[in-house]
Amino acid sequence: MTLQRPVPDTATRGLVTVHVEGIGLLAPGLVGWRAARSVLRGAARYVPGEMPRPGAELLPPAERRRCGDIARLALHVGAEALEASGARAADLPTVFASSSGNGEVLHQTCETLAGPVRDVSPTRFHNSVHNAPAGYWSIATGSREASTSLCAHQGTFAAGLLEAALQAVAERRPVLLVAYDAPSPEPLAAAVPIVAACGVALALGHEASKVAAARLDLEFAGGGELTPLADPGLERLRAGNAAAAALPLLAALAGGRAARVLLEYLPGLHVAVTVTPAA
Amino acid sequence: MIPLIVTRYTGVSCLGQGVDAWWSALAGGRSGLRRCAFEDAALDTFVGEVEGVERVRLPEELAAFDCRNNRLAQLGLEQDGFAAAVAAARERYGAARIAVVLGTSTSGVGATEHAYRHRDPANGALPADFRYPETQNVFSLAAFVRASLHLDGPSHVVSTACSSSAKVFGSAARLIAAGLADAAVVGGVDSLCLTTLYGFRSLELLSNAPCRPFDVERSGISIGEGAGFVLLERSGDGVALVGCGESCDAYHMSTPHPEGLGARLAMERALAAASLAPEEIGYLNLHGTATRTNDVAEGRAVCDVFGPRTPCSATKGAHGHLLGAAGITEAIVAIMSLERGWLPGTANTRAADAECGCRILLEGEPADVRYVLTNSFGFGGNNCSLIFGRAH
Repeated sequence: MTLQRPVPDTATRGLVTVHVEGIGLLAPGLVGWRAARSVLRGAARYVPGEMPRPGAELLPPAERRRCGDIARLALHVGAEALEASGARAADLPTVFASSSGNGEVLHQTCETLAGPVRDVSPTRFHNSVHNAPAGYWSIATGSREASTSLCAHQGTFAAGLLEAALQAVAERRPVLLVAYDAPSPEPLAAAVPIVAACGVALALGHEASKVAAARLDLEFAGGGELTPLADPGLERLRAGNAAAAALPLLAALAGGRAARVLLEYLPGLHVAVTVTPAA
Repeated sequence: MIPLIVTRYTGVSCLGQGVDAWWSALAGGRSGLRRCAFEDAALDTFVGEVEGVERVRLPEELAAFDCRNNRLAQLGLEQDGFAAAVAAARERYGAARIAVVLGTSTSGVGATEHAYRHRDPANGALPADFRYPETQNVFSLAAFVRASLHLDGPSHVVSTACSSSAKVFGSAARLIAAGLADAAVVGGVDSLCLTTLYGFRSLELLSNAPCRPFDVERSGISIGEGAGFVLLERSGDGVALVGCGESCDAYHMSTPHPEGLGARLAMERALAAASLAPEEIGYLNLHGTATRTNDVAEGRAVCDVFGPRTPCSATKGAHGHLLGAAGITEAIVAIMSLERGWLPGTANTRAADAECGCRILLEGEPADVRYVLTNSFGFGGNNCSLIFGRAH
């Protein structure tokens, strides 16, 4: 089979546009988008403190006990963004993005397998898959829409943002992005340095709407300095957690002003996001 | 969706190195499954182990990536002129215009398992030579393949358990449709490890004989390993990816929806993406894991969509269940069935289970089909169906 096809519309080639309809955020000192907004725009001081245990009320109690803290974090921020967007969870395709996945289960499994009795628990085994939080989300919300779970190491947030935006544009429907990472237990933590837990979720629409707070134009950028955060504590979180790589984007959204941020993606390839607040 | 042409493909599995070796095994009805002798696993089961992985050496400048998973990737890239075809595509499009989207379930977890066996007795620390980013991190596979093929385009690794390396086709198609890439290397790699062997044992899903998909006496899975890669371009010679359908079960973490509801949705969405009617599909390569529940659920879903007459087979009895590499392995089998005009049989299976409903080919048979569909379903109820086609 030989097919010759023209390159798509050159005017929009390489530019992907989506609209932010809802935001979820949970990290030490950033407890919910509403509360964290003043910190992110620099109007209040950042005080890390202890992160409250994610509620993840979406899940039935039995599943909530079994799914582990990392899935609770993912579901918690996903639910916050969903609620803000006013969308029905069952209608939303999802993209789950995490660099390190479930370090606790990885540690427990490898410790068990290194010991004399290799009894891996069935629950721990199914929790070990990278898409376990996505599976719990689907079960909790009844969503049978497409769901992917991906990783691009330090560039995981940007990869997830791209994938979610491309799906929203291709399918002409809103998509939910959930990014999360959390520290692993020792001795794994020494090899997987994550400074603190962080979950970020964005409900992304394919077109401007009443709920959309801002337009995002995504494109590749070959180089340049990644957008830093003014507060040293926030900057430490951004650089030390692949999901927190989203914070410069969230800071721009919190500021409510037009901005362009460079997010970490791959070596030599950043994702540039031009943020335009809704009129 | 806009069709994308499969201009080159390659793979390694227990059926052999390179796709011709796979094909001669499939055509001869041979299985690559052997009694498990992987590391010191004490399990009464059969596995599809790739021979000679221990002897594979990564290029010196990529030595940091050394682990069983990336060795399988390296072995795959060396077959079927794949690396040369990618190099030629790189000349045509530029390194930044070729995406790398790969799937894996467990990445290089074997390296972490080994590190945990060699902890410092004094403080419990992992050995200093444990390299997490290059081995265990889910992205390590794509980082290695990008570096090996000198590609600088967009990239990520999909990890949705056993549907991972089917979903990469959809993701790559979106990147190309949006103009963010002109071509894509898609594929998947998964490697034998104690995590999956003992994990599936804990779920009582390991067969103690070579697996028999859709057989009345099926008793569970046989885990395999391997690598597969496909080069996708907008134009060229080859069969085309014409449809991709994705769904979730919203039912259970490790058991499929009993009526195969999510599976049905994935197949229906693939047909819709391809603008095809069910009767236009000439062959289905089933997920067919050979567990009691999976095959019944899939069979019901297939009958709901296609009725009982479309020829189906499941090839895991030949190459095993490659988990995160299952999607790409079976996509390649489906592509070859189109190109070579022959539908593989269902190795090891003697009597198809009538409860599953669909028409299972026990033996391979020649057939001139135009469109084929392949299913991949994973933990978390994550499903993906792909349709490939050729022009008459």
